[in-house]
Amino acid sequence: MPLSGIEIYKLLPQTNCKDCGFPTCLAFSMKLAAKQVELSTCPHVSDESKAKLASAAEPPIRLVTLKSNGYEVKAGNETVLFRHEKTFYHKPGLFIRVRDNEPLEDIKSRVRAIDVYSVDYVGMTLTLEGIAVESATGDPAAFSAAVRAVREATRRPLILISFDPAVMAAGLQAIDGETALVHGATTANWEAMAGLAKQHQAVLSVQADSLDGLAELTAKLKEAGVQDLVLSPVTGSLSTSLNLSTQIRRLALKKNFRPLGYPIMTFPGDLKDPDQEMIMAAQSIAKYAGFVVLDHFLPETAYPLLVLRENVFTDPQKPIQVQPGLYEINNPTPASPVLVTTNFSITYFSVANEVESSGLPAWLVVTDAEGMSVLTAWAAGKFDAERIAKAVKEFGVADKVSQKRVVIPGHVATLSGELEEELPNWEVRVGPREAVDLPAFMKQAL
Amino acid sequence: MPVEIPKDTWAGQVRTITLGATAAEGGTRSHTVTIGGQKSLPFMHFEHEAPYPPLVALEIKDRRPDDWSALLLERWGDVVNAPGDWAKAAEAAGAELIVLALSLTDANGEPTRPEAAVAATKAVLASTGLPLIVWGPGQAEADNELLVPVAEATKGERIAIGLCEDKNYRTLVATAMANNHLVIARSPMDVNLAKQLNILISDMGLPLDRILMDPTTGALGYGIEYGYSVMERLRLAALQGDGMTQLPMIVTPGYEAWKTKESKVGAGMPDAWGSWEERAITWETITAMTLIESGADIVVLRHPESVRRVQTAIKDLNSVREMA
Repeated sequence: MPLSGIEIYKLLPQTNCKDCGFPTCLAFSMKLAAKQVELSTCPHVSDESKAKLASAAEPPIRLVTLKSNGYEVKAGNETVLFRHEKTFYHKPGLFIRVRDNEPLEDIKSRVRAIDVYSVDYVGMTLTLEGIAVESATGDPAAFSAAVRAVREATRRPLILISFDPAVMAAGLQAIDGETALVHGATTANWEAMAGLAKQHQAVLSVQADSLDGLAELTAKLKEAGVQDLVLSPVTGSLSTSLNLSTQIRRLALKKNFRPLGYPIMTFPGDLKDPDQEMIMAAQSIAKYAGFVVLDHFLPETAYPLLVLRENVFTDPQKPIQVQPGLYEINNPTPASPVLVTTNFSITYFSVANEVESSGLPAWLVVTDAEGMSVLTAWAAGKFDAERIAKAVKEFGVADKVSQKRVVIPGHVATLSGELEEELPNWEVRVGPREAVDLPAFMKQAL
Repeated sequence: MPVEIPKDTWAGQVRTITLGATAAEGGTRSHTVTIGGQKSLPFMHFEHEAPYPPLVALEIKDRRPDDWSALLLERWGDVVNAPGDWAKAAEAAGAELIVLALSLTDANGEPTRPEAAVAATKAVLASTGLPLIVWGPGQAEADNELLVPVAEATKGERIAIGLCEDKNYRTLVATAMANNHLVIARSPMDVNLAKQLNILISDMGLPLDRILMDPTTGALGYGIEYGYSVMERLRLAALQGDGMTQLPMIVTPGYEAWKTKESKVGAGMPDAWGSWEERAITWETITAMTLIESGADIVVLRHPESVRRVQTAIKDLNSVREMA
């Protein structure tokens, strides 16, 4: 949490010596708060103050990054509890867990399917982030073999799971040079795990069944020189997971409580019920996880989770827009009707969805209304006759259709006269106000 | 290291609202249901135990729907032809409330007659003891024409009728007042518009403990983030003490999710979409759960399997565990 100029001033020598080039210590601290000068410009500041100022400059939730072969997965650096307050920044990484007691060929084929999975959503390509490999056998050689098998099948980042330092060492050796996430450190093994994390530049997950336990461990690990940590509270229920995740986020953001200022990892598969696993994964996405480890991978559940993540992590200040243009719905022919709407994504999807599910073919002219809905854009002067006419001309609609007739939304019926002037030779029809009534309108009136 | 857990203390509280009336209360329901009463954000049990968990309602129609996904029609089978049978099947599927959605037209394409709407409502009341919500077809004239006789014919049952919108609320509110019912106030995903409609309705004299608000949502992938954030903001405003936002919230993830292509269409979809039925149920379930965690008090669903999953999750979320 950044300090104010006054807070910084209290940490300075307050001698007004001018050695920094500013007339007073207060003036210097104001510049520091505005990040316009470096603290090192003051030759007299104490080491204690330096440490305090450096720590205050750190983000309340540390940013950690997993790396492998050009892939990166980041978590942390979040600044708000609710997305409407600003935005959520780092989408939680979704990982699928495999275990080293499965035949290596099975592991490889599962991992390949996960690796290549991608789905298109409003023009974006969504994928999962990586694989979590767990030691179920407790055998270092088996774990090492499983990690190698996974690495042959994917280049994506890995989470390694074992609480036995000897097993973990074998796993880490198999992927030396990457930044993996190691799960994890407990009260029983933290010293050895800290050593491994340092040796392999790994991010270290800390597991405990209470916030007290987590805070105690992160403090020890920080002392031992491991900075990149992840919190894995043991939960086993939606209720506990939501409560603990919320408490951790609040402590980090509202209290600037350093020992819990790290990203959270959840294990929805621990619910041992595939349906509830998806519900917990969805909860983790909306409520504060940085990494989510699933036990099941199916396209029909991965797709909705990936979409939820896009939705929740959309910047609420910037509505998602679709590209203005002429969209073809249900393979239109020159005889199909021409409908007009704006490029606000929800408006576009409501209209496109209604027409698409009606089975009726249509041409949809999506005008550039700066991402606003029909009424908002009309009120703001971003959806008027001129803009609609411009879009119809620019997208060459006249060349595609045999009947020059355009349907405008019922909410902007008032534009029809002007539009007829802007588009001579075109018939302008007023459609329904709501997208849901479009199919009936198209059947009856067109 | 002992960690002191910060607790939010709020000035406000969500109103408690009861739907349905038993024989002793002037109705015919076997029991009533109550929602609201929260003094903290959803499921923050370490601050305040929420007195009433969110409820799951199932939506049924007065006749076989023309535009529902084949998956839903197949799952419900023949009961969709008789609202009484459908209501009974919905109760058996675990519904805690029934939403009867009246159609704009009858099976012959003629406008639904008021007598038919009343008959469908009575059939539902006769076949289940659950409290009831009745939606009009969603067009002002038809809503008024159908819901007024329904409200009169069910006087004293404390059903909730809707949807009241800023352009059409007076007739529905008046009949709810006259017949001891509740109303649902629907506003288009906007905190201020929701407040404004609640004010208009309560200005007519309907007590606030007979208004549910529906802030509207989008389905997963189709604007859920707007509904989600509006609900979070409404609930925060309620807890901060804004009286006109302290009404329990009802939302329609079933209606929204089953409109989407992901749920409606089986054939010809990308491989990355996976199996149709599981995708559709997950779509409805995740839409519902995400909204429940942002403050929904009633979710209206369509598929029995989604009901089962959502109820399992609510039971878990509502369980208070010893927080270490």
